[in-house]
Amino acid sequence: MSKRRDFLFTTTYAIGALGVGSAIWPLVDQMNPDSSVKALSTTEVDISSVEIGKTITVLWRGKPIFIRRRTKNEIDEASAVNLKDLKDPEKDSDRATNPEWLVMVGVCTHLGCVPLGDKGEYKAWFCPCHGSHYDTSGRVRKGPAPKNLEIPKYEFIDNNTIKIG
Amino acid sequence: MSEEKYIPKSKLGQWFDSRLPLLTLSYHLQAYPTPKNLNYWWTFGGILTFCLITQIVTGLVLAMHYVAHVDHAFESIEHIMRDVNYGWLIRYVHANGASMFFLAVYIHIFRSLFYGSYKSPREVIWIIGLLIYILMMATAFMGYVLPWGQMSFWGATVITNLFTAIPFIGESITTWLWGGYSVDNPTLNRFYSLHYLLPFLIFGLVILHIWALHVPGNNNPIGIDVKKNSNETMPFHPYMVMKDLLALLAFIIVFLWFVFFAPNALGHPDNYIEANPLVTPAHIVPEWYLLPFYAILRAIPSKLGGVIFMFAAIFILMLLPWLDTSKVRSAIFRPIYKKLFWILVFTVILLGYLGAKPPEGIYLILSRLATAYYFIHFLILLPLLGRYEKTDPLPMSISDPVLDKPGVIDKVKKAASEYEGENVGSFK
Repeated sequence: MSKRRDFLFTTTYAIGALGVGSAIWPLVDQMNPDSSVKALSTTEVDISSVEIGKTITVLWRGKPIFIRRRTKNEIDEASAVNLKDLKDPEKDSDRATNPEWLVMVGVCTHLGCVPLGDKGEYKAWFCPCHGSHYDTSGRVRKGPAPKNLEIPKYEFIDNNTIKIG
Repeated sequence: MSEEKYIPKSKLGQWFDSRLPLLTLSYHLQAYPTPKNLNYWWTFGGILTFCLITQIVTGLVLAMHYVAHVDHAFESIEHIMRDVNYGWLIRYVHANGASMFFLAVYIHIFRSLFYGSYKSPREVIWIIGLLIYILMMATAFMGYVLPWGQMSFWGATVITNLFTAIPFIGESITTWLWGGYSVDNPTLNRFYSLHYLLPFLIFGLVILHIWALHVPGNNNPIGIDVKKNSNETMPFHPYMVMKDLLALLAFIIVFLWFVFFAPNALGHPDNYIEANPLVTPAHIVPEWYLLPFYAILRAIPSKLGGVIFMFAAIFILMLLPWLDTSKVRSAIFRPIYKKLFWILVFTVILLGYLGAKPPEGIYLILSRLATAYYFIHFLILLPLLGRYEKTDPLPMSISDPVLDKPGVIDKVKKAASEYEGENVGSFK
């Protein structure tokens, strides 16, 4: 008898918990990015006016994207680095498939500040907030940032246009 | 709690009180016995209640004029400052009120640390107090985002990015907090909603805090238990009410000095520049009351480590009643603890100073030393002290330290003999 009753209690609690859980989920999920935010997930950028050694910054999903046309020196410097010296080892050729163009999310992987260009110990990017240094490939070399600057999904539509996202 | 049963005088009062005992509650609050030796450090509870009510009232009014949208928020603050009748006053009271609230809460917390108010049987009061403190920090942080200035935006970015340090699920949590891929309009809207909600949660916790206080009654500077409803206690009203009011007036003078003479002294000028997601200000600093924790965050050379230590610095206080094993409450009778208390005060102020400095060179080294000491104080020194410290003898009653002073009894007797009222003969 008591076993039968225990079973009824347990199933009632379980179904009750399930019901409460499914009622709460919409209240939690409404905070995730909505359809209008997701709809803005690609940006096309005209890069024809960017000179060698210059960076342009565009906004993609509310975040700055650095698009840098690197100099020969910078490319050589980035590809000459020994991967063992890196905190987050990545080859430069994997980060910039077209070595002249480096496209990165301009958000420090530490706590989200925008690093400053042509600064820091590697004459590339330096985050003023908590002192992370990045090299000419956007890889973290020093400071509290745990990862290299993120490479977004992008493709060259033609010689003058990049589609980000 | 007063033991005697209260019966309202009027028939109507009795009728109502037997159905909803509000009159009994009010009587209890007035008659609540307080130790007669409470000093001015005990007036900050009342001051904090005043601060909370001030923030709720001014905030309610500001909400009638503020617009929580990235395109209008910054302008609507200027609209409040320039166009709304007395808007400048209400906003400056609200903004400086946050700082004053934290000033008072820090004094209140350090008073508890000095006099051992967190110890048995008051652990629950202490923990509820810390929950209030944590909610205060969350509320203040979200309130600071609302003007949508540069510091608002980048402060919000840095603090929400703390959650990306959590392994595996960190990124999704942060995206969920933002409602997008960066701090943007959805973030501003939800922060506004929560900034409005949290003070009422704080208010609820304050009621629990006071309720929990009224079970054992106040600690006192001597730190020994008092006999309730004896000559060691006085009714809360009018004695403590008057003392609290005098302290409150002094506090309001300081408060209004800031409001009228230095309304932006505690803020950051960069917050009068509208938020720009493409440019990070050269030095991001949080409001002064969060600086010690910010210094700890930056002292640790690892992202996850920094976040863990920063939160640990707050949550370690929850364990304090069990880390401090000494049976003696008040630092007055603990010669070594008294010194360590002041070293801790100095360490926290030093961390606050370092939190405002760039994280390099000597500042970084000092941050690391101070962070290490902060944890050593709670995790090593306090447990050892409970075991090895030789404490001074405790008096039998809270009256003794006063009456034991040479000549006090004679003075009181003389004053009594000059007094022509009744009961002179019965004075002992």
